[in-house]
Amino acid sequence: MKTRILKALAVSAVIGMSATSVSAQAAECIAPANPGGGWDFTCRQIGKIMFDIGAVDKPIQVTNMSGAGGGLAYNYVVTERGDDDNLIIAASSATSTRLAQNAYAGMTADQVRFVGAIGADPGVIVVGKDSPFQSLNDLIDSILADPGSVAFAGGSATGGFDHLKPLMLLQRAGFTDISKIKYISLDGGADAITQTIGGFTQAMTGDMSEVVGFLKSGDVRVLAVLTDERVPGFDSIPTAKEQGYDVVAVNWRGLYVPKDVSDDTFNMWAGRLQQVADSPEWAEAMAANGLAPFTKVGGDFQGYIDGVVEEVRELSKELGVIQ
Amino acid sequence: MEILDNLALGFSIAASPYTLMLAVIGCFLGTIIGALPGLGPSNGVAILIPITFTLGLDATSALVLMTSVYYGAMYGGRISSILLNIPGDEPALMTTLDGYPMAKAGRAGDALVLSGVASFVGAFLATIGLMLLAPMLARVAYVFGPAEYFALYLLAFCTLGGMASNNQAKAALASCLGLGIAMIGVDNTSGLPRLTGGNLHLYDGIDFLVAIVGLFAVAEVFFFIESHGKGSAVGVKLEKVTVPWKDIWDTRWTMLRSSGVGFIAGILPGAGASLGSFMAYMTEKSIAGEKGGFGTGVPKGIAAPEAGNNASAGGALIPMLTLGVPGSGTTAVLLALLMTLNITPGPTLFTERPEVVWGLIASLLIANFVLLAMNVPMVKVFVRVLQVPPAILLPGVTMISFVGIYSLSGSYFDLLLMIGFGVLGYVLRKLDIPTVPVILGILLGGNMEDALRRAMVLSDGEASYLFSSPIAIGLWVAAITGFVAPMFMRKLLKKPQRVTD
Repeated sequence: MKTRILKALAVSAVIGMSATSVSAQAAECIAPANPGGGWDFTCRQIGKIMFDIGAVDKPIQVTNMSGAGGGLAYNYVVTERGDDDNLIIAASSATSTRLAQNAYAGMTADQVRFVGAIGADPGVIVVGKDSPFQSLNDLIDSILADPGSVAFAGGSATGGFDHLKPLMLLQRAGFTDISKIKYISLDGGADAITQTIGGFTQAMTGDMSEVVGFLKSGDVRVLAVLTDERVPGFDSIPTAKEQGYDVVAVNWRGLYVPKDVSDDTFNMWAGRLQQVADSPEWAEAMAANGLAPFTKVGGDFQGYIDGVVEEVRELSKELGVIQ
Repeated sequence: MEILDNLALGFSIAASPYTLMLAVIGCFLGTIIGALPGLGPSNGVAILIPITFTLGLDATSALVLMTSVYYGAMYGGRISSILLNIPGDEPALMTTLDGYPMAKAGRAGDALVLSGVASFVGAFLATIGLMLLAPMLARVAYVFGPAEYFALYLLAFCTLGGMASNNQAKAALASCLGLGIAMIGVDNTSGLPRLTGGNLHLYDGIDFLVAIVGLFAVAEVFFFIESHGKGSAVGVKLEKVTVPWKDIWDTRWTMLRSSGVGFIAGILPGAGASLGSFMAYMTEKSIAGEKGGFGTGVPKGIAAPEAGNNASAGGALIPMLTLGVPGSGTTAVLLALLMTLNITPGPTLFTERPEVVWGLIASLLIANFVLLAMNVPMVKVFVRVLQVPPAILLPGVTMISFVGIYSLSGSYFDLLLMIGFGVLGYVLRKLDIPTVPVILGILLGGNMEDALRRAMVLSDGEASYLFSSPIAIGLWVAAITGFVAPMFMRKLLKKPQRVTD
């Protein structure tokens, strides 16, 4: 009987270990969230393509480290893995938004090195197919007339990126009393759409990838996409810019590495990321998931991040989201 | 018929020798994962995802393997519930209530076989339901808004009082404790951290697996230490294992009803398997009444939650496939797998990628039969584990718990928290306060609060919004009845008993 329980223990140990151990050479990608979200997608997809196209020799091990909206992983990388050459971490606009709003307990954007972004999920404002709102103007006019008449649903927490999108649009329309705007935060974009189609909220604010399936089935209408130009493949959807609201909000998907890696390591990861960006596999993955091309890799990207962080901080202050 | 054609397509994809082998491997791994305390279906599937990439599996094979693991884990969860009084995963919580007393009464083998059959019935019916009703049922999610969800969770808590064997006040206290613990972490509505003491580890709240393993497994170890192993709870007698045909036949309606209840709970996004097994158990308990003897080791008390939780596992696939909204933690992980395979679930998945959907359904049917074959004849293997003396078994369980919890987040903080919950569980049991409501509070409290806060935002704080739809009103009535009725029922049923005594 002892051997039996020992076998059971051995099996459990192996199963348990496979989650945490990393072999000496294989690189690791930390997805700072549970499986299923955008960061998890970034790690798994980029990691898989890097291996498939031969940019790395071994499959990249994905570790899910959820907590504090990515803050736990950020803190872990800064304090415990500061010079690890074999570590990449998934990042997105949520990372820079939270850094800007000081939501990572005082940690700042310069405590890691941002390698690059290779795709962006365009922001969208969506209504159900039976909604009376035909254009972004209809929606905004209605809010200006009676701010309480429209409630937004989104997948990010209050003050998060999805919440900021309608606030930015309304700011352009000259409306700044943000406490009047109703926003409920749900567990992800799909949930937010479900509530909007069900008629519990009047509009949904989210990313293009979250609405693709519902758009194809005809359950929703996209009033505006928050990009400079119309998104390829979705050419019938007007931008907010064309409708008179100069707001661009995209959710980029990319990576950062620890701060104290050598420049060679940084450039190596930048090179690998560029290879992924140029691969047909990535083009296919982007198309299937509603991502638009958005490639900023290497040295420039850190500058872009600094700019974005500054902009979101100013905006959040202006809108009263942070002090 | 269109469905038969589709099913034939599914089987032509899923029924090759290679995929059948994957299904067997998946079922076996899943059962082990489910049986280990702390390692539930969601982290089990998450841990095994890298294997599908390393093996270079195509989309269908990967799905077959992972859904086999998923269903296997749902079956396996019952084993440690029955044998050790420690739920292997959160939906198996309710199985401890009758499964463990039955095992203690020397019918461990019967309990395992019966629960295996109930699991099969639940999972099988749910798979059929998924096949026939998926596109239609996807619409159910559209009629559940914040008010309806709040009333649904309220229903769960209102029926909670009846669950504590004899003291509703203590059960209420325990559920408030659970609700309080659920408040810890970043508040979704304001984005501000609450009760975290500035500790980043607490920002996402307390993982219910940490609480479950602490309150059940670690507390058990403390009791064991206190009693020096004498009269330890783990000493279950082993009788000859036979198939309890009579019990299976007697519980046939229970299984069918519970499958229905579990399936519907599974379809509602966010409600998931835990609510499914809970609702199934409470429904059967109220049907059976005081004389049913629920909580003392009756067959129906085992069949109901097992059929319920396995049926909800099938139901939870519906919102995941048709809306991209995962109905439970595990379906969230499966969603991740699908997205990595470049399959985006949504309203058009059934028409655009029929080979994926029907291949998946066929593999679920296959996994079910494999699991039935694996779990009923092989049940002796699992019962034998009990013959290991507690002095070896309990430290083993402790070690597995630590490994399981550490693999959740890779942080020692969770281990400390788990020990803290062990101490809490020990104290609560000394005070005769039930621990199950604490767990349910932690499990459902956050969702319930979110639903209420959303309802208040949408209605400008107008409380009448909570009763504004027929569905919500129906749930409120059921909730109030569920809370008040047991008080009167108890009086009515107890008095005649006293006379006959």
